[in-house]
Amino acid sequence: MNNKIIIAAIAVILSLLPFIGVDSYQMHLIIMILIWSFAYTAWSVMGRFGLVSLGHGAFMAVGGYGTALIWNELGLSPWIGIPVAMLCSGVLALLIGYPCFRFRITGNYFALVTLALAEVARQIIIATRGTTGGALGYTPETHGEGSSILALQSDERIIFYFAAVLVWIMGIVIWRMVDGSMIRYALEAISEDEDASAAVGVQVTKEKLKVTVLSAVMTAFAGAFYAQYQMFISPDTIGGVGISLQIVFAVVVGGIYSSLGPTIGAMVTLLLAEVLRVWIGTGTYCVTDSVCLNLAGAPLLVYGLMLVLFIIFLPKGIVGALEDWWRNRKADSLTAK
Amino acid sequence: MLAEFIEALFSIFFIETLINGLLLGGLFALLSLGLNLIFGVIDVVWICYAEIIMLGMYTIFFLHVESGMPFVFAAVAGVAATSLLGWLTHRIVISYLLDAEPINQLLATGGLLFLFQGAAMVVFGIEFKNLGLSLGSLAVSEDIYLSQTRLVAFFVSGVVVVVLYQFLSRSYLGIAIRAISQDREIMVLMGVDTKKLYLFTSAIGGGLAGLAAVLLVLQYDVHPFIGLSFGPITFMICVMGGLGNMIGGFLAAFVFSMLIAVGGYFAELEWGYVMAFVFFIAIMFARPQGLFARKS
Repeated sequence: MNNKIIIAAIAVILSLLPFIGVDSYQMHLIIMILIWSFAYTAWSVMGRFGLVSLGHGAFMAVGGYGTALIWNELGLSPWIGIPVAMLCSGVLALLIGYPCFRFRITGNYFALVTLALAEVARQIIIATRGTTGGALGYTPETHGEGSSILALQSDERIIFYFAAVLVWIMGIVIWRMVDGSMIRYALEAISEDEDASAAVGVQVTKEKLKVTVLSAVMTAFAGAFYAQYQMFISPDTIGGVGISLQIVFAVVVGGIYSSLGPTIGAMVTLLLAEVLRVWIGTGTYCVTDSVCLNLAGAPLLVYGLMLVLFIIFLPKGIVGALEDWWRNRKADSLTAK
Repeated sequence: MLAEFIEALFSIFFIETLINGLLLGGLFALLSLGLNLIFGVIDVVWICYAEIIMLGMYTIFFLHVESGMPFVFAAVAGVAATSLLGWLTHRIVISYLLDAEPINQLLATGGLLFLFQGAAMVVFGIEFKNLGLSLGSLAVSEDIYLSQTRLVAFFVSGVVVVVLYQFLSRSYLGIAIRAISQDREIMVLMGVDTKKLYLFTSAIGGGLAGLAAVLLVLQYDVHPFIGLSFGPITFMICVMGGLGNMIGGFLAAFVFSMLIAVGGYFAELEWGYVMAFVFFIAIMFARPQGLFARKS
């Protein structure tokens, strides 16, 4: 009952949002939040089971660069490029996931192996700078003026907005499908005790691989969507260790165990970064004549501080904490009666 | 093709590459030492370790260039500052997360990574800063020139390894630190104050980061994001050597530096890094406990 009201309210807000006087900049911000929400949701599909990957920057880069390279170099439409890039990302996830799970690389070790993967992706992009533009970034060629269904490009923000809403909903639906499936019970058992769950017949490697590949494929799609929308990608915006960490943190801030956690995480972290940037500005502030502070770094500082505080005081994230609070209140009111 | 390859192998530049790889290994070894110590004793991954080094580099830069302090004093102050930073990292963040999921500890220090980067940006700006101090290069023969700084780095890290090894195997505190890394619970039962030992270890780990900073600031420009360029490789070295195994980490540092140097010789430097990271991933599958881990 409660859930249905929330979902209906979100649907109404999302469909009305473009028509209530949202300007272009705000629209851009909302689209970015939706795209990143989808990417974060993709990560949490596996992250919630203790499979903490710091390599999702690599999957996102495969999606973004794959689609853009196929379009620019081969002249094939993103309609072909995106599925191919997603397939590549899935294969990459298999290649890295299978040995990891087979040889029981878990916890910190898994995080560090995947971190190496993210770094490999970044170095390859930089090493092939002749084609990919290296650290300077890469731009899919524009098809011309206006919108094109074949090229999946558009000048109209509103088209991307509705596409992003659809993608975001798809992400939540997939998250919920995993949540309601047997995979979830198998993986929860695995994250509690791998030996015991293997002993009762859970196929540890296979179950872990399923979510890993699913997560990687979704993340690649997020990268491709980002590339089509922004029309610019670079190792710093969709690849590398920085993005991998950003993904993990947003999910932790929002709440790793709830379907809306990653979305809330995206909203809070992206809006916070934006508010801090606008509010503090990027100029310099001089305490005395000789001691000047560069305010451009302040958002990063506050962001880092917030993450540390969140992990110490709210390890379940915003949504998790709210759920706990709600449950306690219910329990209290029941015992009071 | 093959003939060219063989010719390239015996070229004077290849020998120079090998020597430079060896020297780079010394620097890597020093980079990984402190992180390895903390891994081994406290069982926590400090993702922000490279950023502590970065802040150390800034401290030395600031004291030497802006305040005009002689380099040696600035270097000592830099080591003291990172040591304090290590102590604070444990006292303010990690000590509250000792019972938390390991991954939460890792993420908390990841938050520190951004915090340190932001702080460096606020205080020092984003420009590349150069110490303006060079030890020059040493001509070994007509064709081979070696960077003096790398030579110094190589010998310093050798000395540090020996000193640290002696400290851990001979001194009372060192033995206590090794004991606690073997069994956390029993040591508490024996009346050892683990809190103090953890803080002490964190301070030493921070100090080692400071030493690395001294040698790095002589070779590279400082900027707030420099940590990202050598952070990942430091983790890989520690993991490949077997987390907490300092001898293993030391050897792994040379394996990595050789891969990077040789890979960079035949192709671009980035391919050297790609090779090293791919090698790391492959090794993890073959020996998940690290290349040089002893069987426990």
